[in-house]
Amino acid sequence: MTDLAFLPWHRRLAWLLLALVLLLAIVGPWLWPDPARQDLMQFLASPSLAEPLGRDQLGRSVMARVASATRLSLGLAALCVLSAALLGSLLGVLSAWRGGLTDTLLRGMADGVLALPGMLIVLIFSAMAKGGFATLYLGLALAQWVEYFRMTRARSRLVLASPHVEASRLLGFGPLYIVRRHLWPELSPMLLTMASFGMATAILALSTLGYVGVGLQPPAAELGLMMTEALPHYSEAPRLVLAPVAVLALTLAALVLLRPLEVKR
Amino acid sequence: MAALTQHGLARVLGQRLLQALVVSLLVATLCFVLVQQLPGDMAFRIAAGRYGYDYVDAAAAEAVRQELGLARPAWQQFAGWLQQLGQGQLGQSLVTGGAVLDEVHHHLGATLQLAAASVLLALGLGLPLGLASGLRPGGWADRLTLLWSVVLRTLPPFLLGLMLMLGLSVQLGWVPAAGHGERGNLLLPALTLGLGVSGLTARIVRDSVLAVVQSDYYRFALTKGLSPWRAFWRHGLRNIGVTVVAYAGVQLILLIEGVVVVESLFAWPGVGHALVHAVFWRDVPMIQGCTLLLAWLFVLLNTLTDLLCLAIDPRGPAEP
Repeated sequence: MTDLAFLPWHRRLAWLLLALVLLLAIVGPWLWPDPARQDLMQFLASPSLAEPLGRDQLGRSVMARVASATRLSLGLAALCVLSAALLGSLLGVLSAWRGGLTDTLLRGMADGVLALPGMLIVLIFSAMAKGGFATLYLGLALAQWVEYFRMTRARSRLVLASPHVEASRLLGFGPLYIVRRHLWPELSPMLLTMASFGMATAILALSTLGYVGVGLQPPAAELGLMMTEALPHYSEAPRLVLAPVAVLALTLAALVLLRPLEVKR
Repeated sequence: MAALTQHGLARVLGQRLLQALVVSLLVATLCFVLVQQLPGDMAFRIAAGRYGYDYVDAAAAEAVRQELGLARPAWQQFAGWLQQLGQGQLGQSLVTGGAVLDEVHHHLGATLQLAAASVLLALGLGLPLGLASGLRPGGWADRLTLLWSVVLRTLPPFLLGLMLMLGLSVQLGWVPAAGHGERGNLLLPALTLGLGVSGLTARIVRDSVLAVVQSDYYRFALTKGLSPWRAFWRHGLRNIGVTVVAYAGVQLILLIEGVVVVESLFAWPGVGHALVHAVFWRDVPMIQGCTLLLAWLFVLLNTLTDLLCLAIDPRGPAEP
Protein backbone atom coordinates (compact mmCIF):
# COMPACT_ATOMS: atom_id res chain seq x y z
CA MET A 1 0.00 0.00 0.00
CA THR A 2 2.95 2.29 0.55
CA ASP A 3 4.10 2.13 -3.03
CA LEU A 4 1.15 2.58 -5.32
CA ALA A 5 3.19 2.09 -8.46
CA PHE A 6 3.56 -1.60 -7.73
CA LEU A 7 -0.12 -2.22 -7.24
CA PRO A 8 -2.00 -3.57 -10.21
CA TRP A 9 -4.37 -1.07 -11.75
CA HIS A 10 -7.53 -2.56 -10.31
CA ARG A 11 -6.29 -2.34 -6.72
CA ARG A 12 -5.45 1.33 -7.23
CA LEU A 13 -8.89 1.95 -8.70
CA ALA A 14 -10.44 0.13 -5.75
CA TRP A 15 -8.61 2.28 -3.19
CA LEU A 16 -9.59 5.42 -5.07
CA LEU A 17 -13.26 4.40 -5.16
CA LEU A 18 -13.19 3.40 -1.52
CA ALA A 19 -11.64 6.74 -0.58
CA LEU A 20 -14.39 8.57 -2.49
CA VAL A 21 -17.15 6.57 -0.81
CA LEU A 22 -15.58 7.05 2.61
CA LEU A 23 -15.29 10.78 1.93
CA LEU A 24 -18.99 10.87 1.09
CA ALA A 25 -19.85 8.95 4.24
CA ILE A 26 -17.69 11.03 6.57
CA VAL A 27 -17.79 14.55 5.14
CA GLY A 28 -21.16 14.35 3.37
CA PRO A 29 -23.47 14.38 6.41
CA TRP A 30 -21.45 17.30 7.75
CA LEU A 31 -21.94 19.43 4.63
CA TRP A 32 -25.58 18.44 4.05
CA PRO A 33 -26.79 17.89 7.58
CA ASP A 34 -30.44 16.86 7.77
CA PRO A 35 -31.66 14.00 5.53
CA ALA A 36 -35.23 14.18 6.89
CA ARG A 37 -35.97 17.90 6.57
CA GLN A 38 -38.79 18.39 4.09
CA ASP A 39 -39.43 21.45 2.01
CA LEU A 40 -42.56 20.71 0.02
CA MET A 41 -42.33 24.01 -1.87
CA GLN A 42 -39.23 22.64 -3.58
CA PHE A 43 -40.33 19.11 -4.38
CA LEU A 44 -38.32 17.54 -7.22
CA ALA A 45 -36.21 20.70 -7.46
CA SER A 46 -33.48 20.46 -10.09
CA PRO A 47 -29.83 20.26 -9.12
CA SER A 48 -28.20 23.52 -8.15
CA LEU A 49 -24.87 24.60 -6.76
CA ALA A 50 -25.97 24.20 -3.15
CA GLU A 51 -27.84 20.94 -3.85
CA PRO A 52 -25.79 19.05 -6.48
CA LEU A 53 -28.41 16.30 -6.72
CA GLY A 54 -31.52 18.40 -6.28
CA ARG A 55 -34.40 17.53 -4.02
CA ASP A 56 -36.71 14.51 -3.92
CA GLN A 57 -40.49 14.07 -4.03
CA LEU A 58 -40.83 15.47 -0.49
CA GLY A 59 -38.36 18.26 -1.04
CA ARG A 60 -35.62 16.56 0.95
CA SER A 61 -32.02 17.09 -0.05
CA VAL A 62 -30.95 14.06 -2.12
CA MET A 63 -27.30 14.74 -1.35
CA ALA A 64 -27.98 14.66 2.37
CA ARG A 65 -29.95 11.44 2.02
CA VAL A 66 -27.32 9.70 -0.08
CA ALA A 67 -24.54 10.76 2.28
CA SER A 68 -26.45 9.64 5.35
CA ALA A 69 -27.40 6.34 3.70
CA THR A 70 -23.78 5.69 2.74
CA ARG A 71 -22.64 6.34 6.29
CA LEU A 72 -25.37 4.03 7.59
CA SER A 73 -24.52 1.20 5.17
CA LEU A 74 -20.79 1.37 5.77
CA GLY A 75 -21.23 1.67 9.53
CA LEU A 76 -23.63 -1.23 9.86
CA ALA A 77 -21.60 -3.43 7.52
CA ALA A 78 -18.37 -2.68 9.39
CA LEU A 79 -20.05 -3.47 12.69
CA CYS A 80 -21.43 -6.77 11.35
CA VAL A 81 -18.15 -7.84 9.81
CA LEU A 82 -16.22 -6.95 12.94
CA SER A 83 -18.52 -8.94 15.22
CA ALA A 84 -18.82 -11.87 12.84
CA ALA A 85 -15.06 -12.03 12.30
CA LEU A 86 -14.34 -11.79 16.01
CA LEU A 87 -16.89 -14.42 17.01
CA GLY A 88 -16.12 -16.73 14.10
CA SER A 89 -12.35 -16.67 14.39
CA LEU A 90 -12.38 -17.02 18.19
CA LEU A 91 -14.64 -20.06 17.95
CA GLY A 92 -12.56 -21.38 15.06
CA VAL A 93 -9.32 -21.20 17.02
CA LEU A 94 -11.07 -22.69 20.05
CA SER A 95 -12.41 -25.54 17.95
CA ALA A 96 -9.03 -26.30 16.43
CA TRP A 97 -7.25 -25.97 19.78
CA ARG A 98 -9.55 -28.07 21.94
CA GLY A 99 -10.69 -30.64 19.38
CA GLY A 100 -12.89 -33.46 20.67
CA LEU A 101 -16.40 -32.65 21.86
CA THR A 102 -16.02 -28.86 21.56
CA ASP A 103 -14.98 -29.29 17.94
CA THR A 104 -17.82 -31.68 17.13
CA LEU A 105 -20.48 -29.46 18.69
CA LEU A 106 -19.26 -26.25 17.11
CA ARG A 107 -18.90 -27.89 13.74
CA GLY A 108 -22.42 -29.31 13.90
CA MET A 109 -23.80 -25.88 14.69
CA ALA A 110 -21.80 -24.29 11.87
CA ASP A 111 -22.98 -26.89 9.37
CA GLY A 112 -26.57 -26.22 10.37
CA VAL A 113 -26.27 -22.48 9.88
CA LEU A 114 -24.40 -22.99 6.62
CA ALA A 115 -27.19 -25.12 5.19
CA LEU A 116 -29.56 -22.19 5.61
CA PRO A 117 -29.02 -19.50 2.98
CA GLY A 118 -27.96 -16.34 4.84
CA MET A 119 -30.72 -14.24 3.34
CA LEU A 120 -33.34 -16.45 5.03
CA ILE A 121 -31.75 -15.95 8.46
CA VAL A 122 -31.66 -12.20 7.94
CA LEU A 123 -35.30 -12.21 6.79
CA ILE A 124 -36.49 -14.05 9.90
CA PHE A 125 -34.57 -11.62 12.07
CA SER A 126 -35.94 -8.61 10.24
CA ALA A 127 -39.46 -9.86 10.99
CA MET A 128 -38.74 -9.69 14.72
CA ALA A 129 -38.56 -5.94 14.84
CA LYS A 130 -39.41 -4.43 11.53
CA GLY A 131 -37.03 -1.61 10.76
CA GLY A 132 -35.00 -2.28 13.87
CA PHE A 133 -31.34 -1.48 13.48
CA ALA A 134 -30.28 -3.90 16.21
CA THR A 135 -32.11 -6.96 14.84
CA LEU A 136 -30.78 -6.37 11.34
CA TYR A 137 -27.29 -6.18 12.78
CA LEU A 138 -27.82 -9.36 14.78
CA GLY A 139 -29.21 -11.24 11.78
CA LEU A 140 -26.42 -10.18 9.45
CA ALA A 141 -23.71 -11.01 11.97
CA LEU A 142 -25.23 -14.41 12.78
CA ALA A 143 -25.48 -15.26 9.09
CA GLN A 144 -21.82 -14.42 8.53
CA TRP A 145 -19.82 -15.80 11.45
CA VAL A 146 -19.78 -19.35 10.04
CA GLU A 147 -17.50 -18.41 7.14
CA TYR A 148 -14.87 -17.06 9.53
CA PHE A 149 -15.29 -20.06 11.80
CA ARG A 150 -14.72 -22.60 9.03
CA MET A 151 -11.75 -20.88 7.45
CA THR A 152 -10.07 -20.11 10.78
CA ARG A 153 -10.62 -23.61 12.05
CA ALA A 154 -9.18 -25.25 8.93
CA ARG A 155 -6.12 -23.01 8.86
CA SER A 156 -5.52 -23.14 12.61
CA ARG A 157 -5.55 -26.92 12.65
CA LEU A 158 -2.74 -26.99 10.11
CA VAL A 159 -0.72 -24.37 11.97
CA LEU A 160 -1.25 -25.93 15.40
CA ALA A 161 -0.09 -29.31 14.13
CA SER A 162 3.09 -27.85 12.60
CA PRO A 163 6.60 -28.44 14.01
CA HIS A 164 7.03 -24.72 14.72
CA VAL A 165 4.21 -24.72 17.22
CA GLU A 166 5.42 -27.96 18.73
CA ALA A 167 8.84 -26.43 19.21
CA SER A 168 7.34 -23.35 20.86
CA ARG A 169 5.32 -25.55 23.18
CA LEU A 170 8.34 -27.61 24.12
CA LEU A 171 10.24 -24.43 24.89
CA GLY A 172 7.48 -23.64 27.38
CA PHE A 173 5.70 -20.75 25.66
CA GLY A 174 2.07 -20.21 26.66
CA PRO A 175 -1.05 -20.12 24.48
CA LEU A 176 -0.97 -16.33 24.21
CA TYR A 177 2.50 -16.42 22.66
CA ILE A 178 1.48 -19.16 20.21
CA VAL A 179 -1.58 -17.22 19.10
CA ARG A 180 0.39 -14.00 18.65
CA ARG A 181 3.51 -15.46 17.09
CA HIS A 182 2.16 -18.37 15.05
CA LEU A 183 -1.57 -18.10 14.45
CA TRP A 184 -2.15 -14.39 13.92
CA PRO A 185 0.43 -13.90 11.13
CA GLU A 186 -1.06 -16.89 9.30
CA LEU A 187 -4.67 -15.89 9.78
CA SER A 188 -4.67 -12.10 9.36
CA PRO A 189 -4.27 -11.82 5.56
CA MET A 190 -7.06 -14.35 5.05
CA LEU A 191 -9.32 -12.56 7.54
CA LEU A 192 -8.77 -9.23 5.78
CA THR A 193 -9.71 -10.67 2.41
CA MET A 194 -12.81 -12.26 3.90
CA ALA A 195 -13.72 -9.01 5.63
CA SER A 196 -13.80 -7.06 2.38
CA PHE A 197 -16.05 -9.71 0.92
CA GLY A 198 -18.19 -9.71 4.05
CA MET A 199 -18.57 -5.93 3.91
CA ALA A 200 -19.90 -6.22 0.36
CA THR A 201 -22.33 -8.97 1.40
CA ALA A 202 -23.63 -6.98 4.37
CA ILE A 203 -24.07 -3.75 2.39
CA LEU A 204 -25.84 -5.70 -0.31
CA ALA A 205 -28.14 -7.50 2.12
CA LEU A 206 -29.07 -4.26 3.86
CA SER A 207 -29.99 -2.51 0.63
CA THR A 208 -31.80 -5.56 -0.72
CA LEU A 209 -33.98 -5.73 2.38
CA GLY A 210 -34.62 -2.02 2.17
CA TYR A 211 -35.52 -2.35 -1.49
CA VAL A 212 -38.12 -5.09 -0.98
CA GLY A 213 -39.54 -3.18 1.96
CA VAL A 214 -38.68 -5.34 4.94
CA GLY A 215 -35.46 -3.65 6.03
CA LEU A 216 -35.13 -0.25 7.62
CA GLN A 217 -38.37 1.68 7.38
CA PRO A 218 -39.09 5.23 6.22
CA PRO A 219 -38.10 7.91 6.96
CA ALA A 220 -34.66 6.35 7.36
CA ALA A 221 -32.32 7.22 4.51
CA GLU A 222 -31.13 3.87 3.20
CA LEU A 223 -29.87 3.12 -0.31
CA GLY A 224 -32.33 0.36 -1.23
CA LEU A 225 -35.26 2.13 0.37
CA MET A 226 -34.43 5.33 -1.50
CA MET A 227 -34.61 3.48 -4.81
CA THR A 228 -38.05 2.06 -4.04
CA GLU A 229 -39.36 5.40 -2.86
CA ALA A 230 -38.06 7.20 -5.94
CA LEU A 231 -39.17 4.65 -8.51
CA PRO A 232 -42.66 6.17 -9.09
CA HIS A 233 -40.92 9.46 -9.97
CA TYR A 234 -38.45 7.86 -12.37
CA SER A 235 -39.77 9.53 -15.49
CA GLU A 236 -39.63 13.04 -13.98
CA ALA A 237 -36.37 12.70 -12.08
CA PRO A 238 -34.28 9.63 -12.92
CA ARG A 239 -31.46 10.99 -10.76
CA LEU A 240 -33.45 10.09 -7.63
CA VAL A 241 -33.11 6.42 -8.53
CA LEU A 242 -29.73 6.61 -10.20
CA ALA A 243 -27.92 8.38 -7.34
CA PRO A 244 -28.33 5.55 -4.79
CA VAL A 245 -27.78 2.96 -7.54
CA ALA A 246 -24.48 4.59 -8.47
CA VAL A 247 -23.28 4.83 -4.86
CA LEU A 248 -24.18 1.21 -4.17
CA ALA A 249 -22.56 -0.09 -7.36
CA LEU A 250 -19.37 1.93 -6.78
CA THR A 251 -19.09 0.79 -3.16
CA LEU A 252 -19.52 -2.85 -4.13
CA ALA A 253 -17.08 -2.43 -7.04
CA ALA A 254 -14.47 -1.01 -4.69
CA LEU A 255 -14.84 -3.88 -2.24
CA VAL A 256 -14.77 -6.54 -4.97
CA LEU A 257 -11.77 -5.06 -6.79
CA LEU A 258 -9.87 -4.81 -3.52
CA ARG A 259 -9.41 -8.54 -3.56
CA PRO A 260 -6.95 -10.05 -5.98
CA LEU A 261 -8.70 -10.94 -9.22
CA GLU A 262 -8.45 -14.56 -10.22
CA VAL A 263 -5.52 -14.38 -12.63
CA LYS A 264 -4.31 -17.89 -13.26
CA ARG A 265 -2.49 -18.82 -16.39
CA MET B 1 -22.13 -44.29 -15.97
CA ALA B 2 -20.60 -46.38 -13.29
CA ALA B 3 -23.01 -47.79 -10.76
CA LEU B 4 -23.39 -45.85 -7.54
CA THR B 5 -21.75 -47.71 -4.71
CA GLN B 6 -24.18 -48.46 -1.95
CA HIS B 7 -21.82 -47.26 0.70
CA GLY B 8 -21.31 -43.88 -0.92
CA LEU B 9 -25.01 -43.51 -1.57
CA ALA B 10 -25.93 -44.24 2.03
CA ARG B 11 -23.32 -41.80 3.30
CA VAL B 12 -24.51 -38.93 1.09
CA LEU B 13 -28.16 -39.51 1.89
CA GLY B 14 -27.50 -39.88 5.62
CA GLN B 15 -25.45 -36.70 5.77
CA ARG B 16 -27.99 -34.66 3.89
CA LEU B 17 -30.90 -36.04 5.90
CA LEU B 18 -29.14 -35.02 9.08
CA GLN B 19 -28.54 -31.62 7.57
CA ALA B 20 -32.22 -31.24 6.70
CA LEU B 21 -33.14 -32.09 10.30
CA VAL B 22 -30.66 -29.61 11.77
CA VAL B 23 -31.89 -26.90 9.42
CA SER B 24 -35.52 -27.57 10.32
CA LEU B 25 -34.66 -27.39 14.01
CA LEU B 26 -32.82 -24.13 13.45
CA VAL B 27 -35.70 -22.57 11.51
CA ALA B 28 -38.27 -23.77 14.06
CA THR B 29 -36.23 -22.33 16.92
CA LEU B 30 -35.80 -18.97 15.22
CA CYS B 31 -39.52 -18.83 14.43
CA PHE B 32 -40.44 -19.76 17.98
CA VAL B 33 -38.25 -16.96 19.30
CA LEU B 34 -39.92 -14.72 16.74
CA VAL B 35 -43.39 -15.58 18.05
CA GLN B 36 -42.35 -14.91 21.64
CA GLN B 37 -40.87 -11.61 20.52
CA LEU B 38 -44.00 -10.28 18.86
CA PRO B 39 -45.64 -7.43 20.71
CA GLY B 40 -49.15 -7.88 22.07
CA ASP B 41 -50.88 -10.83 23.65
CA MET B 42 -50.60 -14.09 21.77
CA ALA B 43 -53.97 -15.42 22.96
CA PHE B 44 -55.75 -12.24 21.83
CA ARG B 45 -54.08 -12.43 18.46
CA ILE B 46 -55.07 -16.04 17.84
CA ALA B 47 -58.59 -15.44 19.12
CA ALA B 48 -58.88 -12.49 16.76
CA GLY B 49 -57.69 -14.66 13.92
CA ARG B 50 -60.41 -17.20 14.71
CA TYR B 51 -63.42 -15.07 15.55
CA GLY B 52 -62.62 -11.72 13.97
CA TYR B 53 -61.34 -8.64 15.76
CA ASP B 54 -64.79 -7.38 16.71
CA TYR B 55 -65.76 -10.47 18.65
CA VAL B 56 -62.76 -10.89 20.91
CA ASP B 57 -63.03 -10.22 24.61
CA ALA B 58 -60.97 -11.24 27.60
CA ALA B 59 -63.02 -14.41 28.10
CA ALA B 60 -62.44 -15.62 24.53
CA ALA B 61 -58.72 -14.92 24.86
CA GLU B 62 -58.63 -16.79 28.17
CA ALA B 63 -60.35 -19.77 26.56
CA VAL B 64 -57.77 -19.81 23.77
CA ARG B 65 -54.98 -19.46 26.33
CA GLN B 66 -56.27 -22.52 28.22
CA GLU B 67 -56.87 -24.55 25.09
CA LEU B 68 -53.48 -23.97 23.53
CA GLY B 69 -51.61 -23.94 26.81
CA LEU B 70 -50.16 -20.50 26.24
CA ALA B 71 -49.72 -20.00 29.97
CA ARG B 72 -47.23 -22.85 30.16
CA PRO B 73 -43.52 -22.12 30.63
CA ALA B 74 -41.65 -21.34 27.43
CA TRP B 75 -39.77 -24.61 27.16
CA GLN B 76 -42.98 -26.63 27.29
CA GLN B 77 -44.46 -24.45 24.57
CA PHE B 78 -41.30 -24.95 22.55
CA ALA B 79 -41.62 -28.73 22.89
CA GLY B 80 -45.21 -28.47 21.72
CA TRP B 81 -44.13 -26.28 18.82
CA LEU B 82 -41.57 -28.85 17.70
CA GLN B 83 -44.04 -31.70 18.15
CA GLN B 84 -46.53 -29.96 15.88
CA LEU B 85 -43.85 -29.49 13.27
CA GLY B 86 -42.84 -33.12 13.63
CA GLN B 87 -46.41 -34.15 12.82
CA GLY B 88 -46.24 -32.08 9.67
CA GLN B 89 -48.62 -29.39 10.91
CA LEU B 90 -47.47 -26.00 9.77
CA GLY B 91 -50.54 -24.20 11.07
CA GLN B 92 -52.63 -21.47 9.49
CA SER B 93 -51.60 -18.20 7.96
CA LEU B 94 -52.41 -15.34 10.31
CA VAL B 95 -53.37 -13.14 7.37
CA THR B 96 -55.43 -15.26 5.00
CA GLY B 97 -56.46 -17.93 7.48
CA GLY B 98 -55.70 -20.68 4.96
CA ALA B 99 -53.53 -23.66 5.84
CA VAL B 100 -49.85 -22.79 5.33
CA LEU B 101 -49.26 -26.08 3.56
CA ASP B 102 -51.83 -25.25 0.86
CA GLU B 103 -50.60 -21.69 0.44
CA VAL B 104 -46.98 -22.73 0.11
CA HIS B 105 -47.85 -25.55 -2.22
CA HIS B 106 -49.65 -23.02 -4.38
CA HIS B 107 -46.48 -20.89 -4.64
CA LEU B 108 -44.02 -23.72 -5.17
CA GLY B 109 -44.82 -24.27 -8.84
CA ALA B 110 -44.03 -20.66 -9.78
CA THR B 111 -40.72 -20.80 -7.91
CA LEU B 112 -39.67 -24.06 -9.56
CA GLN B 113 -40.57 -22.66 -12.98
CA LEU B 114 -38.45 -19.57 -12.41
CA ALA B 115 -35.54 -21.54 -10.95
CA ALA B 116 -35.51 -24.02 -13.84
CA ALA B 117 -35.66 -21.29 -16.48
CA SER B 118 -32.78 -19.36 -14.90
CA VAL B 119 -30.61 -22.44 -14.41
CA LEU B 120 -31.11 -23.37 -18.06
CA LEU B 121 -30.22 -19.84 -19.12
CA ALA B 122 -27.15 -19.75 -16.86
CA LEU B 123 -25.91 -23.10 -18.16
CA GLY B 124 -26.65 -22.18 -21.77
CA LEU B 125 -24.52 -19.04 -21.42
CA GLY B 126 -21.97 -20.20 -18.87
CA LEU B 127 -20.96 -23.60 -20.26
CA PRO B 128 -19.92 -22.58 -23.81
CA LEU B 129 -18.31 -19.31 -22.67
CA GLY B 130 -16.44 -21.09 -19.86
CA LEU B 131 -15.29 -23.82 -22.21
CA ALA B 132 -14.06 -21.28 -24.74
CA SER B 133 -12.21 -19.33 -22.02
CA GLY B 134 -10.61 -22.43 -20.56
CA LEU B 135 -9.39 -23.78 -23.87
CA ARG B 136 -7.92 -20.39 -24.86
CA PRO B 137 -6.75 -18.70 -21.64
CA GLY B 138 -6.10 -15.04 -22.26
CA GLY B 139 -8.26 -15.03 -25.39
CA TRP B 140 -11.24 -12.79 -26.01
CA ALA B 141 -13.72 -15.16 -24.37
CA ASP B 142 -11.53 -15.37 -21.26
CA ARG B 143 -11.28 -11.60 -20.91
CA LEU B 144 -14.98 -11.20 -21.59
CA THR B 145 -16.04 -13.68 -18.90
CA LEU B 146 -13.61 -12.20 -16.37
CA LEU B 147 -15.03 -8.74 -16.96
CA TRP B 148 -18.56 -10.13 -16.92
CA SER B 149 -18.09 -11.94 -13.60
CA VAL B 150 -16.55 -8.85 -11.96
CA VAL B 151 -19.32 -6.59 -13.27
CA LEU B 152 -21.94 -9.02 -12.03
CA ARG B 153 -20.44 -9.16 -8.59
CA THR B 154 -20.87 -5.41 -8.28
CA LEU B 155 -24.37 -5.65 -9.72
CA PRO B 156 -26.48 -7.52 -7.22
CA PRO B 157 -29.67 -9.24 -8.47
CA PHE B 158 -32.00 -6.43 -7.58
CA LEU B 159 -29.87 -3.80 -9.30
CA LEU B 160 -29.54 -5.95 -12.40
CA GLY B 161 -33.28 -6.58 -12.32
CA LEU B 162 -34.01 -2.91 -11.82
CA MET B 163 -31.81 -1.97 -14.79
CA LEU B 164 -33.34 -4.64 -17.01
CA MET B 165 -36.79 -3.49 -15.99
CA LEU B 166 -36.02 0.16 -16.70
CA GLY B 167 -34.26 -0.66 -19.96
CA LEU B 168 -36.29 -3.41 -21.59
CA SER B 169 -39.68 -2.60 -20.19
CA VAL B 170 -39.97 1.08 -19.30
CA GLN B 171 -37.78 2.54 -22.05
CA LEU B 172 -38.26 0.03 -24.87
CA GLY B 173 -41.61 -1.44 -23.87
CA TRP B 174 -40.73 -4.92 -25.15
CA VAL B 175 -41.94 -6.93 -22.18
CA PRO B 176 -44.30 -6.31 -19.27
CA ALA B 177 -42.40 -4.97 -16.26
CA ALA B 178 -43.84 -7.34 -13.66
CA GLY B 179 -46.61 -9.79 -12.98
CA HIS B 180 -47.53 -13.35 -13.76
CA GLY B 181 -49.74 -15.19 -16.21
CA GLU B 182 -49.15 -13.14 -19.34
CA ARG B 183 -46.80 -14.10 -22.10
CA GLY B 184 -43.33 -12.68 -21.57
CA ASN B 185 -43.71 -12.35 -17.82
CA LEU B 186 -41.14 -15.04 -17.16
CA LEU B 187 -38.50 -13.36 -19.32
CA LEU B 188 -37.33 -10.54 -17.05
CA PRO B 189 -37.05 -12.50 -13.77
CA ALA B 190 -35.42 -15.47 -15.48
CA LEU B 191 -33.02 -13.19 -17.32
CA THR B 192 -32.07 -11.39 -14.11
CA LEU B 193 -31.43 -14.56 -12.17
CA GLY B 194 -29.87 -16.46 -15.07
CA LEU B 195 -27.47 -13.67 -16.05
CA GLY B 196 -26.53 -13.27 -12.39
CA VAL B 197 -25.55 -16.92 -12.04
CA SER B 198 -23.98 -17.22 -15.52
CA GLY B 199 -20.94 -15.05 -14.73
CA LEU B 200 -19.75 -17.29 -11.93
CA THR B 201 -20.66 -20.48 -13.81
CA ALA B 202 -18.48 -19.40 -16.73
CA ARG B 203 -15.50 -18.76 -14.46
CA ILE B 204 -15.92 -22.09 -12.65
CA VAL B 205 -16.09 -23.98 -15.94
CA ARG B 206 -13.11 -22.03 -17.21
CA ASP B 207 -10.95 -22.84 -14.18
CA SER B 208 -11.75 -26.54 -14.18
CA VAL B 209 -11.24 -26.86 -17.95
CA LEU B 210 -7.88 -25.14 -17.60
CA ALA B 211 -6.83 -27.36 -14.68
CA VAL B 212 -7.62 -30.49 -16.68
CA VAL B 213 -6.09 -29.34 -19.96
CA GLN B 214 -2.82 -28.42 -18.21
CA SER B 215 -2.63 -31.65 -16.21
CA ASP B 216 -0.01 -34.32 -16.85
CA TYR B 217 -2.46 -37.05 -17.77
CA TYR B 218 -4.12 -34.87 -20.36
CA ARG B 219 -0.81 -33.88 -21.96
CA PHE B 220 0.19 -37.52 -21.97
CA ALA B 221 -3.05 -38.47 -23.69
CA LEU B 222 -2.26 -35.96 -26.42
CA THR B 223 1.39 -37.06 -26.59
CA LYS B 224 0.51 -40.68 -27.07
CA GLY B 225 -1.39 -39.66 -30.17
CA LEU B 226 -5.06 -39.27 -29.27
CA SER B 227 -6.83 -36.70 -31.36
CA PRO B 228 -7.74 -33.55 -29.38
CA TRP B 229 -11.43 -34.43 -29.64
CA ARG B 230 -10.88 -37.97 -28.39
CA ALA B 231 -8.60 -36.87 -25.56
CA PHE B 232 -11.22 -34.37 -24.45
CA TRP B 233 -13.98 -36.97 -24.62
CA ARG B 234 -12.08 -39.76 -22.84
CA HIS B 235 -9.96 -37.84 -20.32
CA GLY B 236 -11.32 -34.32 -20.10
CA LEU B 237 -15.06 -34.40 -19.84
CA ARG B 238 -15.52 -36.46 -16.71
CA ASN B 239 -12.76 -34.72 -14.75
CA ILE B 240 -14.14 -31.34 -15.67
CA GLY B 241 -17.63 -32.50 -14.76
CA VAL B 242 -16.78 -33.31 -11.13
CA THR B 243 -15.40 -29.87 -10.34
CA VAL B 244 -18.15 -28.04 -12.18
CA VAL B 245 -20.96 -29.96 -10.50
CA ALA B 246 -19.35 -29.68 -7.04
CA TYR B 247 -18.97 -25.92 -7.39
CA ALA B 248 -22.44 -25.59 -8.85
CA GLY B 249 -23.73 -27.06 -5.58
CA VAL B 250 -22.01 -24.31 -3.62
CA GLN B 251 -23.43 -21.65 -5.91
CA LEU B 252 -27.00 -22.87 -5.46
CA ILE B 253 -27.14 -20.51 -2.51
CA LEU B 254 -27.10 -17.68 -5.08
CA LEU B 255 -30.12 -19.22 -6.72
CA ILE B 256 -32.14 -19.56 -3.52
CA GLU B 257 -31.30 -16.06 -2.31
CA GLY B 258 -31.82 -14.70 -5.79
CA VAL B 259 -35.27 -16.28 -5.99
CA VAL B 260 -36.37 -14.36 -2.89
CA VAL B 261 -35.17 -11.03 -4.26
CA VAL B 262 -36.12 -11.43 -7.89
CA GLU B 263 -39.59 -12.72 -7.14
CA SER B 264 -40.34 -9.74 -4.93
CA LEU B 265 -38.91 -7.37 -7.52
CA PHE B 266 -41.03 -8.67 -10.39
CA ALA B 267 -44.13 -9.63 -8.38
CA TRP B 268 -43.62 -13.26 -9.38
CA PRO B 269 -45.97 -15.28 -7.13
CA GLY B 270 -43.44 -17.77 -5.78
CA VAL B 271 -42.32 -18.87 -2.35
CA GLY B 272 -39.78 -16.04 -2.04
CA HIS B 273 -42.40 -13.42 -2.76
CA ALA B 274 -44.72 -15.05 -0.22
CA LEU B 275 -41.90 -15.06 2.33
CA VAL B 276 -41.20 -11.34 1.95
CA HIS B 277 -44.92 -10.63 2.28
CA ALA B 278 -45.12 -12.80 5.36
CA VAL B 279 -42.18 -10.96 6.90
CA PHE B 280 -43.89 -7.68 6.12
CA TRP B 281 -47.09 -8.75 7.87
CA ARG B 282 -45.25 -10.74 10.54
CA ASP B 283 -47.22 -13.83 9.61
CA VAL B 284 -45.07 -16.28 11.57
CA PRO B 285 -46.59 -19.59 10.40
CA MET B 286 -46.14 -18.47 6.80
CA ILE B 287 -42.57 -17.30 7.50
CA GLN B 288 -41.79 -20.69 8.99
CA GLY B 289 -43.43 -22.59 6.14
CA CYS B 290 -41.73 -20.62 3.36
CA THR B 291 -38.32 -20.66 5.05
CA LEU B 292 -38.53 -24.40 5.67
CA LEU B 293 -39.54 -25.03 2.08
CA LEU B 294 -36.69 -22.93 0.64
CA ALA B 295 -34.21 -24.52 3.05
CA TRP B 296 -35.38 -28.02 2.12
CA LEU B 297 -35.19 -27.13 -1.55
CA PHE B 298 -31.61 -26.04 -0.98
CA VAL B 299 -30.74 -29.28 0.82
CA LEU B 300 -32.50 -31.33 -1.85
CA LEU B 301 -30.60 -29.61 -4.67
CA ASN B 302 -27.38 -30.16 -2.74
CA THR B 303 -28.21 -33.84 -2.38
CA LEU B 304 -28.75 -34.07 -6.11
CA THR B 305 -25.38 -32.45 -6.85
CA ASP B 306 -23.71 -34.83 -4.38
CA LEU B 307 -25.29 -37.83 -6.09
CA LEU B 308 -24.32 -36.48 -9.51
CA CYS B 309 -20.73 -36.04 -8.33
CA LEU B 310 -20.74 -39.58 -7.01
CA ALA B 311 -22.09 -40.89 -10.30
CA ILE B 312 -19.40 -39.07 -12.27
CA ASP B 313 -16.62 -40.03 -9.90
CA PRO B 314 -17.48 -43.17 -7.90
CA ARG B 315 -14.41 -42.72 -5.66
CA GLY B 316 -16.33 -39.99 -3.89
CA PRO B 317 -14.95 -36.68 -2.68
CA ALA B 318 -11.37 -36.62 -1.45
CA GLU B 319 -11.21 -36.72 2.33
CA PRO B 320 -10.34 -33.31 3.75
